Amino acid sequence: MPQSLEYLKETPSQTAGPYVHIGLAPGAAGFQIYDQELGQDIAGPNAKGQRIRVEGLVIDGTGSPVKDVLLEVWQANADGVYPHPEHAGHESVEEGFRGWGRVITNFETGEWAFDTVKPGALMGRNGQMMAPHINLWIVARGINVGLNTRLYFDDEAEANAADPVINVIEWEKRRETLIAKRSERDGETVYRFDIRLQGDDETVFFDI
Amino acid sequence: MTTPGEFYQRDRSVHPPALTPNYKTSVARSPRYSLISLQNSVSEITGPVFGHNDIDAGDNDLLTNYAKAGESPIGERIILHGRVLDENVKPVPNTLVEVWQANAGGRYRHKKDTYLAPIEPNFGGCGRTLTDENGYYYFRTVKPGAYPWRNMVNNWRPAHVHVSVFGSSFVQRLITQCYFEGDPLIPICPIVQTIPDPDAIEQLTAKLDLKASIPLDTIAYRFDIVLRGRRSTLFENRLEGN
Repeated sequence: MPQSLEYLKETPSQTAGPYVHIGLAPGAAGFQIYDQELGQDIAGPNAKGQRIRVEGLVIDGTGSPVKDVLLEVWQANADGVYPHPEHAGHESVEEGFRGWGRVITNFETGEWAFDTVKPGALMGRNGQMMAPHINLWIVARGINVGLNTRLYFDDEAEANAADPVINVIEWEKRRETLIAKRSERDGETVYRFDIRLQGDDETVFFDI
Repeated sequence: MTTPGEFYQRDRSVHPPALTPNYKTSVARSPRYSLISLQNSVSEITGPVFGHNDIDAGDNDLLTNYAKAGESPIGERIILHGRVLDENVKPVPNTLVEVWQANAGGRYRHKKDTYLAPIEPNFGGCGRTLTDENGYYYFRTVKPGAYPWRNMVNNWRPAHVHVSVFGSSFVQRLITQCYFEGDPLIPICPIVQTIPDPDAIEQLTAKLDLKASIPLDTIAYRFDIVLRGRRSTLFENRLEGN
């Protein structure tokens, strides 16, 4: 009799549904329950580096904004270090820098935005530097498995050109869907990042 | 000496595909191009860390966390408990588990829910907890009711609790739904049936757990959650180079 391999199978994903806010952002659902909602401050007050705002829409296959989406953000600090025990140098991360956050859309317009600091470049696989980027995870009604993507910055063209993940994308035209566009507004640096779930200029999503 | 390395590739055969036309909302919200597969870098093997300062001890008791003092929501009192394990059958300790659900009548406390079943004044419908060192978690709540939704005109969701889990890394992030053993709506739900594998659906069905029930008080259901596991690095270079 052959030996068996004793692995479990991952629990299957299901859509977060239309009422994801109740569990993950109850204030947005319309009620206060927790002393502290998680994920509302990504960088914290002590974070070094350049303060930025990121904003955009998630757009469906008909060109319409998705108004019930929830995004999660995961990023390194301005030195390119994640506040996680497996990243070398994590002890140096500023107190209060969580690197993670939750972002919900305006229910009427679908617009979302978050404030953070611009992450630094960091070492990827095989000694190759990764350009500054923010990891995003997108869930909503109609999305059966959360979608992973990365946001890069258009003012990091040189680093982006050498980024090992961007270069995995064979279709150069599709790489552009991961690049947020910088502008200045009232002295604030804003990056625009629209995510297209389907159709023309569909955003690149990763199986990570 | 072995150290934890990359995570196992996600087995997409246990998950629903993106495009599942009987679940109509998926049609316009599913990518048409294939996902691009990435080998893990530090961006994937790390993830947020939570601690006991982030949540309160009573956040896992949905019978009391929104009820007025001395009152309790109407419904079937249940304990929902289990372990968070990885594919290697190792417990996932200190990880954040969040749940949300409708009340006993199938109504959500959400300003966008207009179902005519009433709001329960003593029920919020969300909870959260950290697993202990053995990966164990538990909630106390009421069993949610089925509810109708606009998909086909007469579709009803089976009773379910939405469950969100983090694990230790961003690649393990998972949102799913926990169903209840024996519910006749499970096999006819278009969202459940987005999952092609019947064994995988079975894995989402909490089992009645009489041994964990509290006599004359609260009945229990058991729901174990499995997150992606990781390899040991036997012969390879470190993810970050040498």
